[in-house]
Amino acid sequence: MSATGIDSHAAEGRPGQHTWMHALVRVGFITVSLAFLAAVLLAPLATVFIMALSKGIAAYLHSFSDPDTAAAIRLTLLTAAVVVPLNTVFGLAAAWAIAKFEFRGKSMLITLIDLPLAISPVISGMVFVLLFGLHGWFGLWLQAHDISIIFALPGIMLATMFVTFPYVARELIPLMEQLGNDEEEAAITLGAGGWMTFFRVTLPKVRWGLVYGMVLCNARAMGEFGAVSVVSGHIRGLTNTMPLHVEILYNEYNFVGAFAVASLLTLLAIFTLVVKTLVERTGYRRR
Amino acid sequence: MSFRAPSVLPGFGLTFGFTTFFLSTIVLLPLAALVLSATSMHWADFVHTVFSARALGSYRLSFGASLLAASVNVVFGFVIAWTLTRYEFPGRKLIDALIDMPFALPTAVSGIALTTVFAQNGWIGRYLEPLGIKVAYTWLGVTLALTLISMPFAVRAVQPALLEVQRDLEDAAETLGAGRFYVFRRIILPTVLPALLTGFTLAFARAVGEYGSVIFISGNLPMKTEITPLLIVIHLEQFDYQGAAALGLVMLVISFVMLLTINLLQAWGRRRYVRTGH
Repeated sequence: MSATGIDSHAAEGRPGQHTWMHALVRVGFITVSLAFLAAVLLAPLATVFIMALSKGIAAYLHSFSDPDTAAAIRLTLLTAAVVVPLNTVFGLAAAWAIAKFEFRGKSMLITLIDLPLAISPVISGMVFVLLFGLHGWFGLWLQAHDISIIFALPGIMLATMFVTFPYVARELIPLMEQLGNDEEEAAITLGAGGWMTFFRVTLPKVRWGLVYGMVLCNARAMGEFGAVSVVSGHIRGLTNTMPLHVEILYNEYNFVGAFAVASLLTLLAIFTLVVKTLVERTGYRRR
Repeated sequence: MSFRAPSVLPGFGLTFGFTTFFLSTIVLLPLAALVLSATSMHWADFVHTVFSARALGSYRLSFGASLLAASVNVVFGFVIAWTLTRYEFPGRKLIDALIDMPFALPTAVSGIALTTVFAQNGWIGRYLEPLGIKVAYTWLGVTLALTLISMPFAVRAVQPALLEVQRDLEDAAETLGAGRFYVFRRIILPTVLPALLTGFTLAFARAVGEYGSVIFISGNLPMKTEITPLLIVIHLEQFDYQGAAALGLVMLVISFVMLLTINLLQAWGRRRYVRTGH
């Protein structure tokens, strides 16, 4: 191989690039990669749409007219509409405090913010059951005051908030750190107020990172299964989110219905990846 | 405030206060409740729950399948990352974007789709069945689901490291007569090793806690195809909160160890990076 390396070096500018060994390795690597991705990624993705449309487009569309399915879609949208803005405000506040100032315990704070990503979704849901469930710490008090959190909307929102907690913050913190404080300091020194500096200087600078974080947060919020499953109680038409409704329909062998709802979630995932690609094209890159 | 360096920028009190308050209410206090619930158990009860035959069986599957999935992902993650960073072929950018699909795809969707593909009459399952390989409703299916959902961690950890490999070093070695395998072992592998280990740990950490994609394909037989998160859910459904909290604490401790390992590995990777003279 090293004997032919000299010749191909002259031809290609990189040594050894044109030997048959390299061609073989190249073809092998590409084939293995594509085969692996086709089996574990593309086949399941295609299955979602093929199963959803297996009884024709009419049956597919008809499955959305089921009132329980419609209720599940509404619940998922409502949950995301509450959770994503709250976690966005949190992400902006956390990024401002962490990226703009030096203080003790900063890396500890960042680790704690990332904590929900390292925890099993089942545990993320369970902590709220332990607090607010019937046999939980505040269970009797809540029951006495006729407040339901577990097996109701507040529990679903809390669990979703927990699992999507870090998404916006972890996009914004490194981005703001990287962009530095010079422009903000200039604005403040020239007499702009804090809010004005934030809205007119900082926010435009980090807008793509913010969009990116919000889209990821939204995808996880709408798609979360484990944590929400633990707190929801699976009441049809009331506390079933879209992923939970997929499970119920699937277990009832209503495959068209299950895959129809799953196809919406898959489209959401594809939308998320498209936004991610577009945002990266603006020059914003993940670390 | 002595614990922070002075700055002309305003808003530290407001944002720091809001951050710590929100973090405490949503994340830290609920987690503290879990730890307290588990530790308030009688020691004998705790041991009985955590080391019951069923729990041990679930750890074996959860950790065994996660280790296997993470190992598979290190191999395929390296191959995919290599293909994406070193070769130019039609559709490369599309494939690169698709790698993140398991991050974006809800786990329930991955679960039912994988089960359908790998069931006895599924697209791939029907060809494996005559070979005597059953995937759906066995430990193999659990491993497959965990491989899918943790795959992006391995690829995305290795990709930047492969870009760091100094190609002129490879070229120099080859010009001096080094074989391709020698170059791989002495130049490429040392550079990407920390990233490979980080990818392995991230993939493992994600796989251990996974619930949604697994429960559809696993069949959920106690002692055989029951993962630990499912056992926690079963305890909760029987209103055995303390038992669930005990198992949750075991998993939580393991997550912390994983997190610590990841941080140490990343610090190690950075040190190597500095030492090799970048």
